[in-house]
Amino acid sequence: MKKVLSPVFITFMLLFLYAPILILAFYSFTDASQIGSFQDFSFHNYVTLFTTEELREMIVNTLVLALGSALLATILGTLGAIGSFYSKSKISKLYSSVNQIPVINADVVTGFSACILIAVVFGISKDTYIPLIIGHTILSAPFVYLSVVPKLKQMDSSLYEAALDLGATPAKALFKVILPQITSGIVSGFMLAVTLSLDDYFIATYTKPATFDTISTYVVNATRGSHTEIKTALWALSTVIFVVVLLVVLGMNIYSLKQNSNQKRQEGKA
Amino acid sequence: MKFSRKVLGIPYAVFLLLFVVAPLLVLFYYAFTNGDGQFTISNLTGFFTDPNALGTLCYSFALSFVTTLLCLFLAYPTAYFLATSKIKAKSVVIMIFVMPMWINFSLRITALKEILDAIEGNLSAYPFLNSVLGMTYDFLPFMILPIYNVIVKLPVSLTEAARDLGATPWRAFVHVTLPMSVPGIVSGVSMVFLPAMTNYVVLDMLYNSTYIMGSLIGSYFSNDNWNGGSMIALILLLIICLFTLFSNTLEADDSSVRGGALL
Repeated sequence: MKKVLSPVFITFMLLFLYAPILILAFYSFTDASQIGSFQDFSFHNYVTLFTTEELREMIVNTLVLALGSALLATILGTLGAIGSFYSKSKISKLYSSVNQIPVINADVVTGFSACILIAVVFGISKDTYIPLIIGHTILSAPFVYLSVVPKLKQMDSSLYEAALDLGATPAKALFKVILPQITSGIVSGFMLAVTLSLDDYFIATYTKPATFDTISTYVVNATRGSHTEIKTALWALSTVIFVVVLLVVLGMNIYSLKQNSNQKRQEGKA
Repeated sequence: MKFSRKVLGIPYAVFLLLFVVAPLLVLFYYAFTNGDGQFTISNLTGFFTDPNALGTLCYSFALSFVTTLLCLFLAYPTAYFLATSKIKAKSVVIMIFVMPMWINFSLRITALKEILDAIEGNLSAYPFLNSVLGMTYDFLPFMILPIYNVIVKLPVSLTEAARDLGATPWRAFVHVTLPMSVPGIVSGVSMVFLPAMTNYVVLDMLYNSTYIMGSLIGSYFSNDNWNGGSMIALILLLIICLFTLFSNTLEADDSSVRGGALL
């Protein structure tokens, strides 16, 4: 029974997950203003998407915010992971428990409390972008921490000592010995941070300047309005993002397959 | 002072204190004071005596519960079939199921909304159903991934042993695989249940005007009522803590799944 059920169920689930995105992608290439009927194929949604100042601006905003806050989160989270790893176990536990708070907390609560603290208590205006950048760093730094710590645990700790014995300064040993061994954790932490920031709505809403929009806040506001031209241009945006994500995922898969086969070849030689 | 690697953690420690711990203290302060900064418990008693607020709490629980059940019902078989299938490129197939996580959620909900709009004609006619569908669509990958991660690591020899000892496939599944995949289920449930109580944007986008707990915070926020909003945030925090304490005893250590641990 499993033989029949398994492919049927998997196909159904794939349809559920992808049909809306693909149908929307199809209609984004037409002149339709809603799903169901269209007169002709057209690229006008894509023209609107790339020529409307407002739309271009929010896409750039989202990307700059994601990369900027991810960079900050990566630096903080990595330093935190290294510091916590070499601290006494009690302090290390303390790091990990506090680090866990934003991970399990609801984004609404994180965003709302960050807004009160930074904008109301500290009185830093949201127009300075400081609350927004800090907010997104709160969201993603803990995930960088979580992806770096396991790499530190896997590391051979005697290498650092060996470097010191051979005359390296602690700073040099850190950069030449420890960092290279945890690079993969840092990179995946950075990518996680980027995706978290790109997908965030709540923290941005509570901490952003009134005139600033990310993709999420823009799309949510646009669905409340009735501006058809903008609405269908967002279908084009959805399609573009889908294709970009697809390409990245494909690229990553091909890369890891290649690495695997390289490894196997080398093992064969040995 | 001698250089020590411990010192490197100081910036992050300060950051955590300042922007993770301090906001929570501020929440406490605002939740138990009124607009003039005077101590009061009226925010607390106000919530538990306001039938609308209690209704919102119940509606949130109902919505979360149904969403979580539907996610589980859809995700478990998917994860199970994928993890136990004989396909070689399992990691590629699971990637396809997780990929929607990386597409902006507001755009995915827009896509679903347009489809539902075309099918139903009038979205506001089925608010509860649409919200459950929207949230399921949004959160499903977060349920599939942890369950898959647990099942794929289960040794095949266990089910084989059960079969050799005469168990039917169904019995082997119920008595061996299912109990051993509980940590994945708990992990997935906590990834879906809590966001479903707070993610009010999904409801907004699908024209469901009923409030859930998150929308209460949103409405206090737009009225600049920090005290009332803090109390709701605190109540949510309490629910989250209870839920986490409860699930920690069963959960697999898989918190990094949010945002895509496959990277």
